[in-house]
Amino acid sequence: MADAPDQVSITLDGRVVEVPRGALLIAAAIEAGTYIPHFCWHPRMKPVGMCRMCLVEIDTPRGKMLTTSCTTPVADGMVVETSSPVVKKAQEGVIEFLLINHPLDCPVCDKGGECPLQDQTLAYGPGDGRFVEEKRHYPKPIPISDLVALDRERCILCARCTRFSEEISGDPLIEFVDRGNHVEVNTFPNHPFTSYFSGNTVQICPVGALTARPYRFRARPWDLEAVEAVSTVDSVHSKVSLEASMNEIVRISGVDCDPTNQGWLSDKDRFVYEHLLADDRVVVPLIANGDGFREASWGEAVGLAASRLADLGGAVAGLGGARSTNEDAYVFSRFLRGVVGTPHLDAQLDDGLAPEFAAAVEPRALIDDLDDADAILLWGPDLKEELPVLYLRVRKAATAGAKLVVVHPRRTGLDDVAAHTIRYRPGEGPALLRRLAAGEGDLAEARDALGAGKVVALVGRPGLAEPAELAEAVAAFALTLDDARILPLVRRGNVFGALDMGLAPTLLPGRVSVDDAERRRALAARWGSLPDGVGMGATDILEAAASGRIGALVLLGVDPVRDHPRPDLARRALERAFVVALDLFVTDSTRHADVVLPVAGLGEIQGTVTNLEGRVQKLNRVVPPPGQARPAWSILDDLAAALGSELEADAVEKIFEELATLAPAYEGLTWDRFDWAEGRDGVVVPLEGVTPPLRHVPSDPGLAVVSERPALHLARVLYDDGVLVRHCPSLASLAPEAAAHLHPRDASVLAVREGDRVRLEGVGVVELPVVLDPTLAEGTVYVPFNLAETAALGAVPSVRIDVVREAGS
Amino acid sequence: MTERILTARMEAHPADSHTLARYEATGGYTALRKALGEMSPADVAAEVKASNLRGRGGAGFPTGVKWGFLPEDLRPRYLVVNADESEPGTFKDRILLERDPHQLVEGIALASYALDVHHAFVYVRGEYPKPARRLQRAVDEAYEAGYLGTNILGSGFDLEVTIHLGAGAYICGEETALLNSLEGRRGEPRIKPPFPAVAGLYAKPTIVNNVETISTVPWIVAHGGRAYAAIGPERSCGTRLFSLSGHVNRPGDYEIVMGMTWRDLIFDVGGGIPDGKALKAWIPGGASAPWFVPDEHLDTFVTIDDCAAAGSMLGSGAVVVMDETTDVVAAAHRIVKFFAHESCGQCTPCREGTTWMERILWRILHGEGRPADLDLLLDVADNISPGLRWPPAMTTICPLGPSAVSPITSIMRYFRDEVEAKITRGATVG
Repeated sequence: MADAPDQVSITLDGRVVEVPRGALLIAAAIEAGTYIPHFCWHPRMKPVGMCRMCLVEIDTPRGKMLTTSCTTPVADGMVVETSSPVVKKAQEGVIEFLLINHPLDCPVCDKGGECPLQDQTLAYGPGDGRFVEEKRHYPKPIPISDLVALDRERCILCARCTRFSEEISGDPLIEFVDRGNHVEVNTFPNHPFTSYFSGNTVQICPVGALTARPYRFRARPWDLEAVEAVSTVDSVHSKVSLEASMNEIVRISGVDCDPTNQGWLSDKDRFVYEHLLADDRVVVPLIANGDGFREASWGEAVGLAASRLADLGGAVAGLGGARSTNEDAYVFSRFLRGVVGTPHLDAQLDDGLAPEFAAAVEPRALIDDLDDADAILLWGPDLKEELPVLYLRVRKAATAGAKLVVVHPRRTGLDDVAAHTIRYRPGEGPALLRRLAAGEGDLAEARDALGAGKVVALVGRPGLAEPAELAEAVAAFALTLDDARILPLVRRGNVFGALDMGLAPTLLPGRVSVDDAERRRALAARWGSLPDGVGMGATDILEAAASGRIGALVLLGVDPVRDHPRPDLARRALERAFVVALDLFVTDSTRHADVVLPVAGLGEIQGTVTNLEGRVQKLNRVVPPPGQARPAWSILDDLAAALGSELEADAVEKIFEELATLAPAYEGLTWDRFDWAEGRDGVVVPLEGVTPPLRHVPSDPGLAVVSERPALHLARVLYDDGVLVRHCPSLASLAPEAAAHLHPRDASVLAVREGDRVRLEGVGVVELPVVLDPTLAEGTVYVPFNLAETAALGAVPSVRIDVVREAGS
Repeated sequence: MTERILTARMEAHPADSHTLARYEATGGYTALRKALGEMSPADVAAEVKASNLRGRGGAGFPTGVKWGFLPEDLRPRYLVVNADESEPGTFKDRILLERDPHQLVEGIALASYALDVHHAFVYVRGEYPKPARRLQRAVDEAYEAGYLGTNILGSGFDLEVTIHLGAGAYICGEETALLNSLEGRRGEPRIKPPFPAVAGLYAKPTIVNNVETISTVPWIVAHGGRAYAAIGPERSCGTRLFSLSGHVNRPGDYEIVMGMTWRDLIFDVGGGIPDGKALKAWIPGGASAPWFVPDEHLDTFVTIDDCAAAGSMLGSGAVVVMDETTDVVAAAHRIVKFFAHESCGQCTPCREGTTWMERILWRILHGEGRPADLDLLLDVADNISPGLRWPPAMTTICPLGPSAVSPITSIMRYFRDEVEAKITRGATVG
């Protein structure tokens, strides 16, 4: 009998082992070093005991019984045989049964070489087959979505994919159809498998039944070179394996990192590598030439950029860095402040949150806090659209019993699992918040749900037309609760790392206020100099550039024309200023640049990044950058040299060491820490015992209520017309139709029907078809942000709507 | 033979035994009145336990013991009546539904009262439109007359009864597949444990009982559990319905007291084999049951335990008689084909194995068998039901896969020469 209360002891093939109480036998046995073969069981999903491969013999009062180890919890004193003659015969039987209808087309199957069916046939199969009949036949493969193809002949009906869709992602668009020997996985008629998470089913398929259309026939698994990294598509930083063949990344797979993605990825995480291979990637330095660009040498391009920046003195500003590594961001911060001497820099484009709040909110939640939260308040973006892997984690917590309260202007992906959903018209958030805090009327139950136990408040901007300060107000309310922690929500790749590196006018590297005299002295000593005063943020920078007060802009992986709430302002600023852009592409913004310098992308560089909970993880390199593209830090080092300063940024490890010395929140980190077991899941900063100078406790900013109608709800969708998606052929076609979504009652007041066209006037004017959305708050028009047809609208609290009447109708 | 508990009313009043008027006129709902008026729920449960009634769906588990498995403290509890009668050869519940539905309704009310259930469900086989109509009519009448609904007979006891029609899957007769189907899911058996008594319908404690079982409860409450236990042999007490079919002179449903021999049942009750032919074999308890043969089993007693000791089961009381003209390979093939068709497809050995066995038998039947097929057939069967023993071990989730093994082990045990002859001499059909 086991001594520790949380352990039990079992006898495994004659060996007594201690295993965790309550564990499933299969997991306990594998943990204890006895592998039990299986197909349907997956450690992140509920067991179903369907494939029968994990049968073991267990002693019972009625003799030995064959039992599936995936459905049996361990019990103290349990005696288990995993390879008795009876078990071996059952395993051979199951393998033979699975193979009788399997096509054995392994030579042309994507899974061949990394296939559980192959491996377990070798290890546990009977060695020959006795089936002489014709195998089952289906037309194959059939596309079940734009991304996934299904081969029903290869399928062994383990239901991993269907269970994932129902249990994990909550969009059960694939299901078992028919019965007996005719069971097949399929979609429902006329409903393709349009899940944001469909690629996970490909990855967990134990055979080649589900294949990713972008990867089909691209490589053999044994030829793939793989490194670990994290996805920088959004700020969750799901752990991935970057897999390359012939110096091209051809596949991204999810890696199970317990505190973050737990193995899962969004399809955007998974297929985003395509942009690295795009034909129009900038791979040599470019200098503006008439309406276009001409190719230039590094020397000429850097020389031109440096001479113009030098001419302008301090009238220079920097934008971007939120898509870069911490090392790039740190060097950008040092370059702008220490070399160019400007205090004007911003990683955000007034499309995120206040920098102090995002970087240093206290007390800050970890994603893992969701799992033991009693209640979760989500007042921010639709997570399924903006932070899809965080959506999975919240969904998991909510289905496990946490009371989820979702506050949003329209239906979100999490409403199905929410205990309470609250709608409001954008602009009226502050009034709603006061009513929620007071538990008034129909909000009493939601308020009660938040009233007891541990609460995680996920706060961000539900839409871009709402002020960043709303999140501050919501967080301040959450902190009036007993035991609440805040997780700030901003989507863009490494925005939290960029803020931590001081890429905000009010912040210095390491969660330091720009007013902190002591820290300023330390930084100035190392950097040589530090400009005085608080600089301008993104909107002011663009205003200043548009009016000529700022003469030059340095852009680091940033697209203000598409991402700033005022696209017209961004365009005027870029047209007027001298622009040096470090980017992968000529975008709507960088096409206004005078010099475009090609940077290396994901998998082409090493570096660290920091996610929304402050978790620092390492990116590894698996392919060389194409053409002459280089890491941004190295380009900035050249620019600094051309300006007569020495950054000593000649190796990413050295930069990391420098930032870990100078950025207080990163104190104590070492470059090789991430390569060892304790750091493989990343390291949350600040480390224990390290106190960063800035600790931001939210207080209610006293926001005014805006109740102009129709209010604009301008919110991101997963597949937009942003630079990454646009350059991924497999994803670009998945962007939704641009439309103006109206509540049916508002539509009837305007006398428009679904499909009619309306003209919306915000910052600019767009004309869109109407979609009726009864889940939308009345008096609101919802427009997806950053689609080609909606980009001009801009983010304003309310818009003017005119119905476009066809002539003669 | 003389005792009539379940079928007395329909025998005596064939024209209107299904109506409320006739039911009341022949003593109907007096047991319910008595229970609600004079007995506590525990009293009712105690009578059922004392009756030694064993479930009539197939497994023969003592009903009172099953009722005792409900956890004390969890509510709501549900009662689900399994009327998905689909075992080939079984048609006994049909007459109970069609010709004495109020007896079932009263049984449901009594059982629900005993179990503190306030919502009961009847899952009726989809191919039983008339029985379902009759039952629905009876339920409607019972609501109107105050035997169902709120405050039944002024007792304060409330009960809702919902009738649900299946969609044609045999597997939904398996109690957990039935619960899945009732919940709107695919009709696939669940992994046990948990058993339905702990986590059944909508994950709540649930008792699933057969139509015949519940239809017996009014008599037990009216006459007392001991009176029921006194009928017939001690461990197979009471009467039960047998559905006789196949090569017998008088096929049909018979209510008999258990304890007679198979010879009595087939030759006296069933009137023997037509045209003076010889008896070759019979299935004693539905298509899932291993077969019996005259040389070994004619004097075996018709009780649950005697049949189990002889390597088969009384199952659902479906007796299928085969005379000397029967092609046993064709018969076995037909049964295996049924199970292959009805496999839910969820677990590997059943989905793949039943179909494979059917195809091997088809080949043998059509003169395409090979000598190696005999061992192959038995080995495939062994991979579904290891050891080929009775009661069966299984590599599957539920007993459907092993059910398909029963006819194969039966013909290989008693008629191996006929199977071999098919292989050596070629086809006899097709």
